[in-house]
Amino acid sequence: MSAAAPEPKANMGQPVPRYDAREKVTGVARYASDQQVSQPAFAFLVTSAIARGDITSIDERGAREVPGVLDIFTHRNTDDLTQTKYGQQGGGASTSIQGLGPEIRHDGQIVAMVVADTFENAREAAYRLKIGYSEATPSASFESAGTEMKDANGIMSVATQAKEWLSTGDVEDALSKAAVTVDAEYSTPTQHHNPIELFTTTCSWQGDKLTIYEPSQFVFGLKNAVAERIDVAPDNIHVVSPYVGGAFGSKAQMTPRTGLVAYAARKVGRPVKLVATRDQGYTISTYRAETRHHVRLGSDRDGRLVAYSHEGFEITSRPDSYSVKGTEETAHLYSFGAVATKVNVVHADRNTPGFMRSPPVVPYVYALESALDELAVKLRMDPVELRRKNDGMKDSFGKEWSSRSLMTCYDQAAEAFGWSKRNPEPGSMRDGEWLVGWGCATAVYPTHNAASAARVSLRSTGEALVQIAVHDIGTGAYTVIGQLVASELGVPVEKVRVELGDTLLPAGPVAGGSVTTAAAGSAVLKACAQIRTRLIGGASSGDGAPLAGVPDGQIRLREGRAVAQDGRSEELAKLFERLGQNQIEEYAEFVPAGASSNAMERLYQGKPTFVGGSNGEKLMYSLGAEFVEVRVNQRTREVRCPRAIGAFAAGRILNTRTTHSQLMGGMIWGIASALHEKTELDEKRARYVNDNIAEYLIPVNADIRDIDIILVPEIDNEVNPVGVKGLGELANVGTAAAVANAVYHATGIRIRDLPVRIEALLA
Amino acid sequence: MRPFLYERADQPEAAVIAARIQGQQQAPPTAAAAQFIAGGTTILDLMKLDVMQPQTLVNVGKLPGTIEMSDQGLRLGASVKMAEAAENEIVKRDFPVIAQALQLAASQQIRNMASLGGNVLQRTRCPYFRDVSYSACNKRNPGSGCSALDGHNRNLAILGTSDKCIASYPGDFAQALIALDAQVETLGPNGGRSLAFADLHKEPGDTPNIETQLQPGELISAFVVPTGAWTRRSLYLKIRDRESYEFALASAAIALDMDGQTVRGSRIALGGVATRPWRAREAEETINGQTLNDETARGAAEAAFRGAKVYSHNAFKVELGRRTLARALLDAGRMEI
Repeated sequence: MSAAAPEPKANMGQPVPRYDAREKVTGVARYASDQQVSQPAFAFLVTSAIARGDITSIDERGAREVPGVLDIFTHRNTDDLTQTKYGQQGGGASTSIQGLGPEIRHDGQIVAMVVADTFENAREAAYRLKIGYSEATPSASFESAGTEMKDANGIMSVATQAKEWLSTGDVEDALSKAAVTVDAEYSTPTQHHNPIELFTTTCSWQGDKLTIYEPSQFVFGLKNAVAERIDVAPDNIHVVSPYVGGAFGSKAQMTPRTGLVAYAARKVGRPVKLVATRDQGYTISTYRAETRHHVRLGSDRDGRLVAYSHEGFEITSRPDSYSVKGTEETAHLYSFGAVATKVNVVHADRNTPGFMRSPPVVPYVYALESALDELAVKLRMDPVELRRKNDGMKDSFGKEWSSRSLMTCYDQAAEAFGWSKRNPEPGSMRDGEWLVGWGCATAVYPTHNAASAARVSLRSTGEALVQIAVHDIGTGAYTVIGQLVASELGVPVEKVRVELGDTLLPAGPVAGGSVTTAAAGSAVLKACAQIRTRLIGGASSGDGAPLAGVPDGQIRLREGRAVAQDGRSEELAKLFERLGQNQIEEYAEFVPAGASSNAMERLYQGKPTFVGGSNGEKLMYSLGAEFVEVRVNQRTREVRCPRAIGAFAAGRILNTRTTHSQLMGGMIWGIASALHEKTELDEKRARYVNDNIAEYLIPVNADIRDIDIILVPEIDNEVNPVGVKGLGELANVGTAAAVANAVYHATGIRIRDLPVRIEALLA
Repeated sequence: MRPFLYERADQPEAAVIAARIQGQQQAPPTAAAAQFIAGGTTILDLMKLDVMQPQTLVNVGKLPGTIEMSDQGLRLGASVKMAEAAENEIVKRDFPVIAQALQLAASQQIRNMASLGGNVLQRTRCPYFRDVSYSACNKRNPGSGCSALDGHNRNLAILGTSDKCIASYPGDFAQALIALDAQVETLGPNGGRSLAFADLHKEPGDTPNIETQLQPGELISAFVVPTGAWTRRSLYLKIRDRESYEFALASAAIALDMDGQTVRGSRIALGGVATRPWRAREAEETINGQTLNDETARGAAEAAFRGAKVYSHNAFKVELGRRTLARALLDAGRMEI
């Protein structure tokens, strides 16, 4: 056991090393662009240099002169690609902006793709392609003229079916009578996922069958969407995506490139491989849109909340109304009293934003948790105690929590952090020339569930195979699914083979909403139970069998044997032999309560279904508490973050190693969202400026010092059959508020616009 | 890819000849058909981005280069790697500002590759220069305009700018060299010469495409840094958005000759804020002969930025630059040497 592989506590599984660790670190793992195809041609994209206007000319002469050029695809020769529906609820297309022109609707829109015999020739030809534009003045963001704002009500998001904004009581009245109020505006910037693995697609046709190698968070979604885009039967498309080198939501839907590559491969008659460049990734996929928030809180003198009002504003593209609507989650977090919420979308000349790790809660919880800190300051109350005061097993709407360990998280993290030594006075804690600040905030993520199928087989040798088209995007899905099968079938984890990320396998949900373990795990439990039933039935009924006559309910599979309560047992090999079988294979489908009866059929059609969070009978959320120390140089004002501690409760933990890693990575990303990450926008031209990972800052090792993760035991058997709450999107929530709150404590300066930058602290 | 000729030179003379043969046109060195390559940490990026399209690359990365002390002072061969100089014991002890400026730049991997000669010639990180899809960039495409003036310019310069270009010079090492009155030795088609490092780089003026006084095919062979009472009491302070692998928002290279608490002589350069390596003579004149304290340090910092011109996103660099300089002066004054 080590910091990276913590000792399991109650309701926690062993820190089994990653199933795919060796493959990944030795380079054996084949990512999509590593896949060998015969005689590939190489594609290079050309993207628009303006954000709004029209293509007026395309001069291909220079490009065609480059040796090895096979074809050039532009709007002139691709108009038989089908315009597919924008996948507002996940699945489908990531944007309605799919054509290569002539209308340009955002910066970096794909306007051409060159295919050549080598990557270098394709790139050179792409550089030589001359595109002429007539340019119109674009609207970049909130401050720009020409945007259009709409109430986001009625726009369905993936997890929210609400038709009306959440509200209860009379907020205006409660605020006017509140003893203490906060009224503040916050903002969060554009951010991009920047997965290390670029956006790549390789398409290979065999007759009318198409194989797509692409890093995907939803292979069934991709398969069905591409089928529609290029007008072939879904059954003729095979998507292969066993390894994904980072995704964070950016690989959840079909982007415009995939259909284009498939189309080109068919046209040029050989496989085509595309690796989009880093900067192209900023505009051909999605991003976290900038948001603004108007938050009002009211409380009595003792800190009991009486009112919470939150209006959000989110940027989106002209045609699509992507909206994360985080008030649907924050409104349940505490016992607020009266609640009023509303979200607006602001249409601008931008690419369509999309899912990015913890989409609804990252910006909205940042705003709420910052406002709570401001309230604590006004109340002269410890911010932990303010949360305790408003903690409860029921929300303001009268709904109960399935489990809620928030204050246990706060207490354990506070203890480990040394919070009791905090002097609440801003600027009071110093270390030499450094101002020291301590801050805290809540992390929260809705516990979703989704339909999933699974196939599990067990052989007489004790070897098992589990197959599900879910996706390990670095999360540890291979590992925990293998662990589940091992424990359910009583075989060593080393004997379980796990196959994921392929449309030839039983369908699994999108790797989104932190749902993979809950959904796939529930299907695995079901398939394993079916295998057990058959095996145990055989064990107890055979003539002369060691366990003959033992009631089935008293037989377990353990250590490669069927074992009765009285200790009698039979080896698996013998049992299989008696059954006259070498292996037992079971296919199972799991559809969670609250999902539609056709959820499984829809899943095979590439349409995700989500349940849970605040939508069920009970409120289901994973929770955590994060504490951060910052140091601000008293003269030059740079901010450093030497330590952070988070305590998290998320039901059953299957593997403390992968969990620790997920949570630690989340907190690092949270610190990044507070201090570093921002996609800079040229406001005049509506173009991204720092579209590479030299200039788009993510923390380097020197920025991240001590990160401690505390796993708080929690049992919740209501959330799903496995008893897990998703935690992949938990720990990067709230961190930005904790950092900004710490910066306030260090300096007395309240930063309400992320990221916290030096210029805001120089005043 | 755009085809190019690649040659490797074993001796500086051969490198210059190779570059001259290939580069006859009248163009500033950055636009010459033949380009020198050492570590390749800048030019390969710019070629892949299609910002530079040399027809010939002459590899000078294998030329001999050493670090030595001589009567003239510290001599740094141009092909010495950044890492080698940053980790050299003499440099660390006697010229800490040089070691620190190098150590705080880039990443270890880049420092292992990049040469000192190439380092001082690294080109701006202005996003509009590095992205050819922006048609307006006077540095890349003379006469086309400047997208940064009304674009995103948070990281760009406030000193030495013109209405043609506000691109900031990104380097750190150059600030140490200009502060310490280094000389540059070069070898060109017309033979060798030595010039003050302070004269190497040019302000953009009307011709931001011309960045240095070098002639096409002229190769930097060494830097010579005179030793003085100030070289040991020297430091480099770099303020940036993250703690490593990032360019300066503001930086200061300081070398002080102290007589007790009084500044007998000062050498001050500023990074991250100017269009070229920037010697802050006004700040030096203000602090020389003064007792070094918070007030005089801030006075020097005021003087340094008196000529600053700010743009929509970078006004904060005036105050940040002042504070960086003041902090660096006070830190240098407190150094134990």
